Amino acid sequence: MKFLRNTLDKVKHDFEKGGKYEKYYYAFEALETFAFVPNTTASTKGVQIRDGVDLKRLMMTVIIAMVPCLIFGIFNVGHQHFLALGQEASMMDKFWVGALQVMPIVIVSYGVGLGIEFIFATIRRHPVNEGYLVTGMLIPLVMPPDIPLWQVAVATIFAVIIGKEAFGGTGMNVVNIALTARAFLYFAYPTQISGEVWAYIPEGAQTVAGYSGATPLAIASQSSTDGTSVVAALDSFGASWAGEGFFSLGNLFFGAMPGSIGETSTLMCLIGAFILWATGTGSWKIIVSVFAGAWAMGLLLNALAVNPFMEMPAHYHLVIGGLAFGAVFMATDPVTATQTETGKWVYGFLIGLFTVLIRVFNPAYPEGIMLAILLMNIFAPLIDYFVVSANKTRRLKRATV
Amino acid sequence: MSAETATVPEVKKSEPLFSKKNKKLVSNPLDIDNPITVQVLGICSALAVTTQMKPAFIMALSLTVVTASSNVVISLMRNSIPPRIRIIVQLAVVSLWVTLVSMLLQAYVYDVAKQLSVFIGLIITNCIVMGRLEAFAMGNKPWPSFLDGIGNGLGYGLILMIIAFFRELLGGGSIFGYKVFAELGIPYQGNGLMLLPAGACVIVGIIIWVQRSINGYREH
Repeated sequence: MKFLRNTLDKVKHDFEKGGKYEKYYYAFEALETFAFVPNTTASTKGVQIRDGVDLKRLMMTVIIAMVPCLIFGIFNVGHQHFLALGQEASMMDKFWVGALQVMPIVIVSYGVGLGIEFIFATIRRHPVNEGYLVTGMLIPLVMPPDIPLWQVAVATIFAVIIGKEAFGGTGMNVVNIALTARAFLYFAYPTQISGEVWAYIPEGAQTVAGYSGATPLAIASQSSTDGTSVVAALDSFGASWAGEGFFSLGNLFFGAMPGSIGETSTLMCLIGAFILWATGTGSWKIIVSVFAGAWAMGLLLNALAVNPFMEMPAHYHLVIGGLAFGAVFMATDPVTATQTETGKWVYGFLIGLFTVLIRVFNPAYPEGIMLAILLMNIFAPLIDYFVVSANKTRRLKRATV
Repeated sequence: MSAETATVPEVKKSEPLFSKKNKKLVSNPLDIDNPITVQVLGICSALAVTTQMKPAFIMALSLTVVTASSNVVISLMRNSIPPRIRIIVQLAVVSLWVTLVSMLLQAYVYDVAKQLSVFIGLIITNCIVMGRLEAFAMGNKPWPSFLDGIGNGLGYGLILMIIAFFRELLGGGSIFGYKVFAELGIPYQGNGLMLLPAGACVIVGIIIWVQRSINGYREH
C-alpha cells in the first residue's frame, strides 16, 4: 500500500495543472480515489456535514441489495446446468459452474462500461461518476447465462453511449440504462436472448431425456394456444427429469428455474427490496404499486377469461418472469422514475399493468416487464407534469386574492 | 416637364451564374442548413428507405430531380399563382414530376421501384419539397430556385446515404449488396436492430450529435 501511495505521489504532479498529462487528470484522480480516501477535508468555516449520503454510498447500498440475487443466480445457473444434463452434483459444484459462467459477464460489463466512463470523463473534463456501478451489476443479472461475451460488450457500449452519455451523463438519462442494454440485444441479436436459452448447456453436451428449457411464461403462452389449463401444465412440467413440482407455486417463488441470471427468484428480490426500503434508497411506493398493477390486471383478465392464459390465477403473474426483479431494481431507479409521490403510484401501477398486458396479448414478447418499464420511463415526466399542475390548480382555487 | 423627374432607369448588373450567393444555395443545405439534421424534415422517408444503399440512392436521386424541377416550374409561375390556391397549384406541379419519375423508375429499374413501393409516390407530400416551394421558389427567380432544389436534394441524399451505409453494413454486413465481411473472411452476425426503423433513428441521432459538435450549431 505504501509503495502504491509513493508511486502515485511521484507521478501526481504530471497530471496536475501545467503537468505533462494534464488532460488525463480525471482518469488519474478516479484511479487514485479508487485506492485511497481523498485527502480533501471540509474547511473550518461553513457548513459541516457529518453523514452525507453521497452518490457512491447510494450506489453501494443498491449493489448490496443485489447481492442475494447475484449469489442465488450463480447457484441457479449451476443448478439448471446439472438438471439439464441429468447429473447429481454437490452445492459447491453448482456454485463453481455458475461462477464460471456468470463472473466473465460481470467482468466484461464492468470493464467495458467503466472504460467508456473514463473516456468521457477525460473528454468532458469532469470527475468520473459512480453512476455505472449499479448499471454494471444490473446488466449481467438480466442476461441469459450463456450469452456471448462480445454481445454483452456491444450492448454495454450502446447503452452507456446512446442511453446515457448522449443525454449528458449520470443522472441525465431518460430511460434505464441496463434495460437499454437488454432491449438492444433483444432486437439486435434475438436468437441469443429469446427462446430456450435460459439454462447453460455446453455445446455438444447431451441433455437428459425429455428435457425442455422452456420458462413458465413460455409454457403459459403455449397452453394458451393449446387450450389447456396453465396451472396444470406448469404443475406437470418437468416431472420426468426435474422431479415433482418443478414449476409449483412454491418453487416459482423460490426461483430454482431457468431464466436470466438474477431474476428468477422472487424471494431474493424481496430481500433486496427490504434492504432498499430499510435504507431508504428505493421507493417502496413504486415496488408495491408495480405488484398491485400486475395483480389488478391479472384479476381483470381472470374476469374476462377468454383463453387459458387469461384464466391463470393473478398471483402467478407476480412470481413468474422478471416482474419482481424489474419492480425492485429497475422501476425504482430514481433518475428515470417519476419524482412526485403521487406520480410514483401511477407510474408503478401502469408498469405492472402493461407488463401483464404484453405478456398475455403479445406472443412475440413472452416477458413484458422490460418493455413496460422502458415505456413508462418515457412517460414519467408527463405523469409528473400532470401531478404538479393538478396540485397548482388545487392551490389556486384555495387562494383568495 | 421638369428635368428632375426623368430618372435614369437603374441598370441592374446581371449576376454571374455561379456567384458566391448561388454557390451558398447548394452548399448550405449540405451542412449548416441540412433538411434532415437541422430542419428535421423528411424523417419518415429517411427511416423507411435506408435499410439498403441502392434504394436509398435511387430515392435521393428522385427527390433531387423532383425538388429541382418543381422549384423551377413554380418559380416561373410564381407571379401568376393566386395566393389563396397556391398549395393546390404546388401539389399539382409536384405530382406531375413525381409521376414522371415514378414511371421512369418502373421502366428502367423495376426491382428497386418495387422495393421503394409507395415512398416514391409519397414524395408528393414530402416536407422538403413543399418547404422549398413555399420558402424559396415562391419568391425567387428560376435559376436560384433550381440551385436551391439541387442543394436540398443533395443534402437529403447525403444524410440518406450515410444512414443507409451504416444500416446495410451493420445490419447485413454488405455495401451496395456486396458482402464485405464475407469477402474478407470475417464471420459477422447481422445486427437486427439496424434493420428496424428504430436503428435508423439512432443513427440519425448520432449524425446530428457528430455534426453539431463539429460545426458548433445550436438551436435558437
